[in-house]
Amino acid sequence: MNNVFYGKLIFELSREGRRGYSLPKNELASYSMTDMPNALLREQDPGLPEVDELTVVRHYTNMSNNNFGVDTGYYPLGSCTMKYNPKINEEIAVHRAFTGLHPLQDIDTVQGALEVYYKLQQSLATLAGMKEFTLNPYAGAHGELTGLMVMRSYHASRGDDKRTKVIVPDSAHGTNPASAAVCGLDVVVVKSRPDGTVDVDDLRPLLDDTIAGMMMTNPNTLGIFEHSIAEIAKLVHDCGGLMYYDGANLNPMLGKVRPGDIGFDIMHINLHKTFSTPHGGGGPGSGPVGVREGLEQFLPSPRVIRIDGDDDCYEYNIDFGKDSLGSISGFLGNFGVMMRAYTYILTLGRDQVKNVGPLATLNANYIKESLKDVYELPIEGVCKHEFVFDGLKDKSTGVTTLDVAKRLLDYGYHAPTIYFPLLFHEALMIEPTENESKETLDGFIDVMRKIAQEAKDDPEMVKSAPHTTPVRRLDDTKAALHPIVTYRELAAEQ
Amino acid sequence: MNHKFFPHTDEDIRSMLDKCGERSLDDLYKDVPSELVFKREYELPEAMSEVEIRRYFDELGTYNTQLTCFAGAGCYDHYAPAVVADIIRRSEFLTSYTPYQAEISQGTLQYIFEFQSMMTELTGMEVSNASMYDGATATAEAMMMAVANAKKRNKVLISDTVNPIVTRVVETYAKFHGVEVEHIAAKDGVTDRAEFERKIAQGDAAGVIVASPNFFGIVEDYTGWANLCHDNKALLIMNCVASTLGVLRSPAEWGADIAVGDGQSLGIPMNFGGPYVGFLCTSKKLIRKMPGRIVGATTDLDGKRTFVLTLQAREQHIRREKATSNICSNQSLMALYVTVYLSLMGKQGLREVNEMSYSGAHYLAEKLTETGHFHLTYPDKPFLNEFVINTDLDVQQIQEWTVDEDFQFGLRLDDHNILVCVTEMRSKAEIDALVESVKQYIEFINDQQD
Repeated sequence: MNNVFYGKLIFELSREGRRGYSLPKNELASYSMTDMPNALLREQDPGLPEVDELTVVRHYTNMSNNNFGVDTGYYPLGSCTMKYNPKINEEIAVHRAFTGLHPLQDIDTVQGALEVYYKLQQSLATLAGMKEFTLNPYAGAHGELTGLMVMRSYHASRGDDKRTKVIVPDSAHGTNPASAAVCGLDVVVVKSRPDGTVDVDDLRPLLDDTIAGMMMTNPNTLGIFEHSIAEIAKLVHDCGGLMYYDGANLNPMLGKVRPGDIGFDIMHINLHKTFSTPHGGGGPGSGPVGVREGLEQFLPSPRVIRIDGDDDCYEYNIDFGKDSLGSISGFLGNFGVMMRAYTYILTLGRDQVKNVGPLATLNANYIKESLKDVYELPIEGVCKHEFVFDGLKDKSTGVTTLDVAKRLLDYGYHAPTIYFPLLFHEALMIEPTENESKETLDGFIDVMRKIAQEAKDDPEMVKSAPHTTPVRRLDDTKAALHPIVTYRELAAEQ
Repeated sequence: MNHKFFPHTDEDIRSMLDKCGERSLDDLYKDVPSELVFKREYELPEAMSEVEIRRYFDELGTYNTQLTCFAGAGCYDHYAPAVVADIIRRSEFLTSYTPYQAEISQGTLQYIFEFQSMMTELTGMEVSNASMYDGATATAEAMMMAVANAKKRNKVLISDTVNPIVTRVVETYAKFHGVEVEHIAAKDGVTDRAEFERKIAQGDAAGVIVASPNFFGIVEDYTGWANLCHDNKALLIMNCVASTLGVLRSPAEWGADIAVGDGQSLGIPMNFGGPYVGFLCTSKKLIRKMPGRIVGATTDLDGKRTFVLTLQAREQHIRREKATSNICSNQSLMALYVTVYLSLMGKQGLREVNEMSYSGAHYLAEKLTETGHFHLTYPDKPFLNEFVINTDLDVQQIQEWTVDEDFQFGLRLDDHNILVCVTEMRSKAEIDALVESVKQYIEFINDQQD
């Protein structure tokens, strides 16, 4: 089997009568489903594949070889914080004393699990400078939605129902305005200054008693620290709004700045970014939401609380508060992800965690300074954990950011984030993380310079990259114009 | 620095700072006003070695008790083949990002395509997205989809037989999204048909949410429901327990427009509530209203069959506040879990799982009834692996008694009713042992009363 170009679907390996499982004999077969009314049963069996065990193992192993993870190679994907995902996290996440717990089982029998949940809440609170956290949200965007629900609940509790708008910078992540819309809020966009930070003069006239709050990420999506943050927070607070911190860019803040100390009232954290849990090809993530004192009663239910007794005795319980905004998850969120994040925090401890931000920032600045003579750096000066180039410096070759990104794949690197933020036409957003060695960064820098040279010497070759990947550039238009999204459709087509 | 996660030597840091024209790491933060810099200590323990971390979690684990599980209510203790956990640990899957760079992400893209294909086979629907956070949020997204589809209507009906955990999440989303949720009462354990007919006839509902099997484990008969919904221009949304789709009449066969639910019952460990995976399937004509990622088939420059994220024009990173949803990720790795599970189990394995669960649940119901202190709360209603049983005993006391013998004997619904579940994981010996424990409790009570 040619595993590099492997492309079969599991359905195409199916033969009637094969099986890949083993179950005990049914000891109680006299109680049979045939007693169910026929009208309630399926007319046709589902068309699932029938495959033996080894075939399944080879199939998915071959498919994994067509993938690229942090363990495979360098992943400078801006805004995504592709850290190393420590192996001890994975080991602890499948600890047998935790994986078999039913989420609704007797509270006295899950005290260990509740302690993990509670202590992670507290750890995040001290790291972020917030009063309380909930770990229920499943992802960053889910955290944003939950945080905005807290914001609306706060205004509603004061009978202030005119506040229907939320301010979002033009450089914000797309989830910010989308979360606001799902939460029933109207979006007002505030412009950026030429240096990429929020234009305070543009913000002032937007502020009135219809503003529920403002969403910001700091450093922003250009990797620039919003130096006017104290003034912005004061302006928003003075008009009665709350400040929301999008934690997607929290990594450079670790050890240096706490969102709760610089004027933010509500925030989320992406455990799958800052706290090293794996991205898993798009999830499961976790998006804990933190709030300052005075907002904790609005956090979603259920909540994990600690009840202190005599003599240092305490126990954990689950609470449904009367002021809570409601439930946003079936149970207590992605518990397996929390086990990993808590392990990571314990591995670093209170001293080493302070090095995360500065080292991530050092790596980003080092790459920026090493490449700015060949790539267009639109904003000079020190960046934080990431920065944005506006394509190649030499635009005469016709080689675009997309081409550079695709050519990087040929050299065994994942591409940076491209065409985001929308402030530049050829945005190329690079985030190295603190885990990468100088040798890795130097290797990446060399390749980026080589591609810049190739763009001059042989632009057509760069424009048709990648050349060595399992598949070549894909026809996106065809996929969207004539969507084929299941095997059944595909088989009918063939 | 000297930590296994930080590779730089002092010399590396010096030379890199030189390149940046800075003297110290602190200088990299010179753009941060100094009054905003955190200068105190975090309230965290000191760093732990791996030896200490293992010891720490081993000790925390002793505060949990592994119970023999007879509980369901949205989370089910099912068998998963050893292969599944092994495959999802492969770091090429585990440590990759969302598959934006399709040329080096065919592994992820292909399994999502397989996941979508399998979920459409199970639900009978035409299309599926790449997965959602969980079953409850998937149902809330379906509710918003129905409202967006109806344009001028903002009311949704929900049956009181839907799992209250799901209903709670739907109501939270509805409250903030400006949707009115009206309940349809339960009668004898099933949705009150007369009330449904009355409310749908008002012609102002965008959608109707029902469950199969419902919260009480009952398999409801939805004959004619879809027609009534469609006659009144509402979508029928069916929340399903994924594993039961292997045998029960599918949402498509009932005529549903959107099928949603949690995929946890497809072998995902209970894991104290997550991570699980939600699914959302619908008809092709509603595909552009769907939230979340969708993977489609296409070809590459060489004409080779490939897979790619498609119909992204619906999504937040393109449409921002006009997107169909704010969802950005999916639960990708858990979708892989389900895909590998279903590849191994196939239709026959899923059938056996349901047969065994049915047998165990009906046997346990019979044995409990024979004690003379229990009877099925809804005796005439068909159920698969979950049922409500009424008792004249004190529910809280009997649960405490059985927990002491390491059983989770169902979940308490009220002072007299317990929701009990049996899956293929429970052997006859385990069921008998639970019944024995219950009998001992009855004897204990009788002795006390004598």
